[in-house]
Amino acid sequence: MNKEARNFVWEGAIPLQIHLHESQVTTVPPPPPALILAPRLGYLPLLASQIKPHFSSTLPPVVDTIWFEYKGLPLKWYIPTGVLFDLLCAEPERPWNLTVHFRGYPGNVLTPCEGEDSIKWSLINSLKEAAYIINGNSKNVMNMSQADQVELWRSVVSGNLEVYARVSSKLKLGIVSDEYTANSNLSSARSGQFVDETDISGQDKAGRVPVRLYVWSVSEDIDDSEDAPPIDTWDKISYINQPVEIQEGKYFTLHDAVKSLLPEYFQGSFLIDEESTRVQGEDEQRDSSEEASSNKIAEDGVEILCEHTKSCQKSDNAEIKLVRIQGIEPKLEIPFSWVANNLMNPDYFLHICVCLKIPRLNTTCR
Amino acid sequence: MDVLSWDGTISSREFRVAVRAFAERWKESNPDFPPWTWVPSAKRHPGLTSNQIDGYLTLERLCLTESTEKDIPFQEDSYEVTQVEKEETASFEEEDPADNATLVERHSFGVHYYDFHLVHSASYRVPVLFFRAYTTDGQPLVLDEIEKDLPASSAEILLESKWTFITQEDHPHLNRPWYKLHPCGTSEWMKLLFQSDTSMANKGVAIELYIVSWLSVVGQVFGLRIPSKLLNYRD
Repeated sequence: MNKEARNFVWEGAIPLQIHLHESQVTTVPPPPPALILAPRLGYLPLLASQIKPHFSSTLPPVVDTIWFEYKGLPLKWYIPTGVLFDLLCAEPERPWNLTVHFRGYPGNVLTPCEGEDSIKWSLINSLKEAAYIINGNSKNVMNMSQADQVELWRSVVSGNLEVYARVSSKLKLGIVSDEYTANSNLSSARSGQFVDETDISGQDKAGRVPVRLYVWSVSEDIDDSEDAPPIDTWDKISYINQPVEIQEGKYFTLHDAVKSLLPEYFQGSFLIDEESTRVQGEDEQRDSSEEASSNKIAEDGVEILCEHTKSCQKSDNAEIKLVRIQGIEPKLEIPFSWVANNLMNPDYFLHICVCLKIPRLNTTCR
Repeated sequence: MDVLSWDGTISSREFRVAVRAFAERWKESNPDFPPWTWVPSAKRHPGLTSNQIDGYLTLERLCLTESTEKDIPFQEDSYEVTQVEKEETASFEEEDPADNATLVERHSFGVHYYDFHLVHSASYRVPVLFFRAYTTDGQPLVLDEIEKDLPASSAEILLESKWTFITQEDHPHLNRPWYKLHPCGTSEWMKLLFQSDTSMANKGVAIELYIVSWLSVVGQVFGLRIPSKLLNYRD
């Protein structure tokens, strides 16, 4: 893993301006907002220990679970802060203005959060899932000693990359190898830091990469992100928790990876067949007949789509308007393995925010 | 598919095939029960051609009735108290004869309905059960109340088993908090299940049987009995 990239990711932070919701303001004049630098890799409720004291003089005596809201949208506490920012602020707002609540937890929209323990559990659970995706089993994470678990958690809370790297390397969660970081690995291996499992001999090896994709779409008429309607409900975001399959030897870009997770938007350009990457022994006959029929359906669909395309000047495919990871918009031609290795979160997941431009339905063609 | 080399998991396409086969058999075998329905995922943007792989199987408004577990003794005393409920399907009774006070308290909440959603986990490549419970007027039930509806043996399963436990998580398609039965270890016990049944082991893994077998284990947590007709079905 690239040391520079890792440091960049771990040092990332979002300046927040946190306003207490008026319903909980008991003093006049209302208190000034709290200004906090929130680590990208962290989680909003972990900031409670900084926020509460700031508002203590004005908060009502009885307070409940902390929760945050941006422009009326309650924020999901298990999504890392940086991802929430990349997702909800198409045009980055600095500082990011959030509203904090200490009452009225919206249990119909947000899953319960019982403080730090819930978040720690969520992280360990994601780690288990990532381990399963990468290794085919979660043993390494499940067998973590209590001490290691605590150390890992504390390293995430305090943003301590050195401790995190030490503990996480025991988990042996090598994601796909890539020749692009091979050279930097050699030097860091010599210096004794960041022991990792990437194969220095280097072609892209087959494997699965844990990815969480957050997709929203805008109509193709909208050019300026500022004109886009704000995201006021989680229903406007497609959350796709699906691993990306990497095939051996092929040159696989970030663009390829995103398209593989959204096949229905990119008909004709890329149809991923997950059956073809299965390694386990299978009944070839049963599978190929099933595949044949469903491929035929896919093909027919593509044919029909192409016919329409001829008569409707533009392609009906969606267009990727932006891809944001760790606050940056990487060039889509970058090898996906590099992205996965260097831009993942402490939960070993790559969180990718994607905005799609959807063509307007052209009624004359249908 | 060869049972010995199979790892107990299924792809999302196999899941789609398996649940549809299951839903058909269910409808044929128990026309009196509510049907299982396939719901295509609302996640994808409407208007674009969808290859329909994404979706989930639902069974909604199921009452966990006494008939799902015949060993339960019917409480005579509660009969008088719950005349109104008797008109509708009675609530699920606990095995232990609780004292009248608690029975009265529980029945005053009325009938409990359950929605079950079978969703495919792309990460673990197995089905996962999401569920929620509510009263006749739509009031959601919390886990404590739900646990009272479950057979006594479930409490044991939930406490002792490393893989069967319930958490609250966002429903992957509906974006709202639902209860989820954890999938840890599913692939292992599914593989064992298929290996232990010699007739299945000989014929190979039939995807159509996957869901029935899976549900026959997972359903036990809720006292759901799969009609034997479904389990005996062989192609």
